[in-house]
Order: sequence, then structure tokens, then C-alpha cells
Amino acid sequence: MDKLIKIHSLDNVMIVTADIQAGEHLHIRRTEYYFDKPVGIGHKVAAQFIESGGKIIKYGVPIGSATEDIQMGGHVHLHNMKSDYIPTYTYEKQYPGDANPSLTNQSINQVL
Amino acid sequence: MSHMQWQGYLRKDGRKGIRNYITVVYLVECAHHVAREITSRFKEHPVQLIGFAGCYPNAYADRVMNSLCTHPNVGAVLLISLGCESFDRKKLEENIRQSGRPVNSIVIQEAGGTRKAINDGVRWVDWCSGIIGNTMMVPMTVNDLVVGTVCGGSDATSGITANPAVGLAFNKLVANKGIAIFEETGEMIGLEEVMSSRAVNPQLAIELKKSVEKAARYYSAMGHGSFAPGNADGGLTTIEEKSMGAYCKSGDCQISGLIKPGDRPVQPGLYLMDVVPDGEPKFGFPNINDTVEIVEMISSGCHIILFTTGRGSVVGSAISPVIKICANPQTYRRMEEDMDINAGGILTGETTLRDTGEKIFEGILAVASGIPTCSEGLGHQEFMLSYKTFTPLGPGCLPV
Repeated sequence: MDKLIKIHSLDNVMIVTADIQAGEHLHIRRTEYYFDKPVGIGHKVAAQFIESGGKIIKYGVPIGSATEDIQMGGHVHLHNMKSDYIPTYTYEKQYPGDANPSLTNQSINQVL
Repeated sequence: MSHMQWQGYLRKDGRKGIRNYITVVYLVECAHHVAREITSRFKEHPVQLIGFAGCYPNAYADRVMNSLCTHPNVGAVLLISLGCESFDRKKLEENIRQSGRPVNSIVIQEAGGTRKAINDGVRWVDWCSGIIGNTMMVPMTVNDLVVGTVCGGSDATSGITANPAVGLAFNKLVANKGIAIFEETGEMIGLEEVMSSRAVNPQLAIELKKSVEKAARYYSAMGHGSFAPGNADGGLTTIEEKSMGAYCKSGDCQISGLIKPGDRPVQPGLYLMDVVPDGEPKFGFPNINDTVEIVEMISSGCHIILFTTGRGSVVGSAISPVIKICANPQTYRRMEEDMDINAGGILTGETTLRDTGEKIFEGILAVASGIPTCSEGLGHQEFMLSYKTFTPLGPGCLPV
């Protein structure tokens, strides 16, 4: 069985379907992947080289961007990708002349 | 493909049902016991219990109840009223009669109390069981079907097995001119652009986006976060990714419309159901449990619900069968009797995403042709209807 599956044909990441141990080699469709660190089930692995700033594609759509170059087979997670999402509704309340725009709807990473 | 056609129950409005239930309906909690007693005398018959607990009027509950009582899977209706509740029983009874279904009302205060009301009700259901078998049967195909999907008891496997597999089944359903409905706008935060780009026209794109923004506002007012540290442990990195895990149940075909509970799509295609109330939060959480969501989907005409679960939900539903698709292979092994389809096999290498999508589609056809789901076999018929407030749909939401 494949320990790495692609959910959508357009994806540039694969999903780990069973825990990968440190030092493990995997052969997926004639490509060899080597893992020097463990990668847990449900995590993402780059299916190709992803340039810094490039979109991470899963389910056929962008789910964020790479914050550094990611080699094929590299673990893709908090350390090398980020969300591109800024809620549009947080801006709706900031009318011209609004003296004290509410912060309550802003996401945590905008406030910190 | 002969298995793509089966016999369904023809209703006066032209819709076709895959089940033929006598539905006993209590119109206030005070009438619940009498309705339950009547239903319980018919355990081996297709007789089901639903109801609305509230004593105060609510336009949404009224609308949903009217839709449910005239649902194609319902063949006859018995209304149980205490007598002083505010539910508009006369209008509901008239609508059911207009729909060509046998209907009767029992008012407990007029019948002379609990025992007499139960006896009257049992007698009517008994009589009705005799005539309901005469309902005309006609050929039915995928393009007569409305199928909804929800997830409940999700875990880290839901978004990589069962949910994308349902998406594949939805693609095939829509390609075969069926109607597919998905929901959970509260779990689409971060996907406003992705989703609106699938809209059939620009007007709908705006409405789709607004529905997610409304959900985001509503949930933040309820004090709900979207992304928890546990999500990152499970391999999820961004809110977009987490949301996609639920949203991928919708597959990747064009979105034809946006509906609210009780609105009924008529054109084939994929529809988003907006279940988040309009206006300021008034009655608490949009949906307090999975059953409320299932009932709303059924009120919009769903014949079948595809329910994905990782942790292992056991629920079924009154009126429409629920096909449970288990995302997690360990859960499947533990709760096999409750699960119709094992999508967890994608993780163990027993099956693939593509084959599971096919299996779900085949499962829809099998259940539509009369084969009971696990939850039907186990006697599940959960039901719940609560208070909500909705404004009518915006322009361009529902093609006719």
C-alpha cells in the first residue's frame, strides 16, 4: 500500500496515510522519498519542489503559501507554510470616520 | 445500466419517494407522549415519529414542518395536537391534504385525554397502514434523486478519506443529473474565494461569499474559534486546509444555487444550504447537533443523507435514510454494525479514494431501491426541529 496519497490530481502535496519513521525510504510511483525525521499520519509531504511563495495545493485548491523553498519529499507544515486568508468581513466595519473600529472579529495572528 | 433505475412512490406533485412512511407528528412537546405511544404500537411497520416541541410560533419551524409532511418519502400524516399550542395545525393539515396524502388530526383536549387520543390515533394509523400500500409505484432514476451530505463526529481522517470520497460521489451524482446539497458554511471560513469561483453566475458568487461571511460573524459572536492546536498535531496547517477537509464533500463541479432550509431546488446540480440564521444571534447556536442539520436537508427534499464520521456517530433519521461513511479504519472495526461504508480502507490500502467514491454512489442507488441502511436496520429515527429566523433568499440564489 502507498503510505502517501494524493487527494486531488492537481495537488502538489501528498498525505501521509500511516506514520513514517525516521530513516524510512518510500517508493511511490517510481520516485524514492527519504525521511530523516518522523512524519505523522494526516501530515503533508511535498510531491514536487515548491518554491518559496508558491501556493500549496491540496484538494485541488490553494490552502496557503510556502514561506521557504520546499524540496520534493519535504514535510509541509507550520515551519514552512502559512495561511493566505484574511477575512473580508473584518474590513467591513471600518467605515470612513469610524473612530474605534472593533477588533473583536480579527483573527489572532492579525492582533498579535 | 438497469440498476440505475428502480421503483419509487409517485406523489401528486410529481415527486417520487424511496420510502412510504406514515408519519406521526406532535405539534408541541405536550403532545409528544401521545404521539410516541401511537407510534410505538407499530414497531414493525413503516410508522415514524417527528415533532416540534415549542409552544410559540416560529415561521421557520412552520415552513420546515410543512416541507417534511409533504416530503416524497412520506405517504400519510397523523397530527397530534394538545389543543392550545400556537402551531398553525389547520394550515398544515390543509397543505398535506392538498398534496394528496391521507391526513388526520387528533386534538388531545377534544378527544378526552391521553388514553382516548392514543386509541383514536392507533385506529387511524391501523386503517392507514391498510391503504398506504396502494400508492402508485413508478420507475425512478438518479435524476429524480436529491442527496444531501453532512459530517459529524469528525476526526483527522475525515478530511482525507470519507469527505473527499463523498465529493467524488457528488461529482457523479451531478453528472447524472441528480440534485446534491451540501452545507456547513461555518466550516468554509477561508474558502470564500475558492467557493465563489465555482458559482454558476456572478450574482450567486456574491451570495455564496456573503453566506460564509455571515457564518464567520455568527460563530465569532458565539465565541467559537476555528482553528485549534489539536488540528495542527493532526497535520492541518491553515484554516483554509481545515475548511477544505469538510468542504471537499461538495466535490468540484459548478455550484448551481444557494438555498435555506425548506427551499427546494428543482433543477439538477449542486446547491449550498445556508443554515446560519439571519439577523443578530437570537436562539443560540445555529445548529445544536447533527440531527438538526439532517432534518433541514430533508426539509429541502433530500431522499438520502450521506453522513461522514471519523469518531463514529450512530445516528440515522426519520423520513430519509442516512448512509454512514466511516472515515477511520479503527472506528470501522469497532462499530462495523453501524457503518454502511468503510472509507478508512483508503488508509489501510484495502481500497482507494476513487473506488470508495464509486461505492458511495452505488450505495445511494441501493438504498434508493429499498435496501435499508445500517441505521434504518437498527431502528434509528432521530429527529429534532428548533427555533430559527431566516430572511428570504437573495436574487439569483435559486434557479427555477
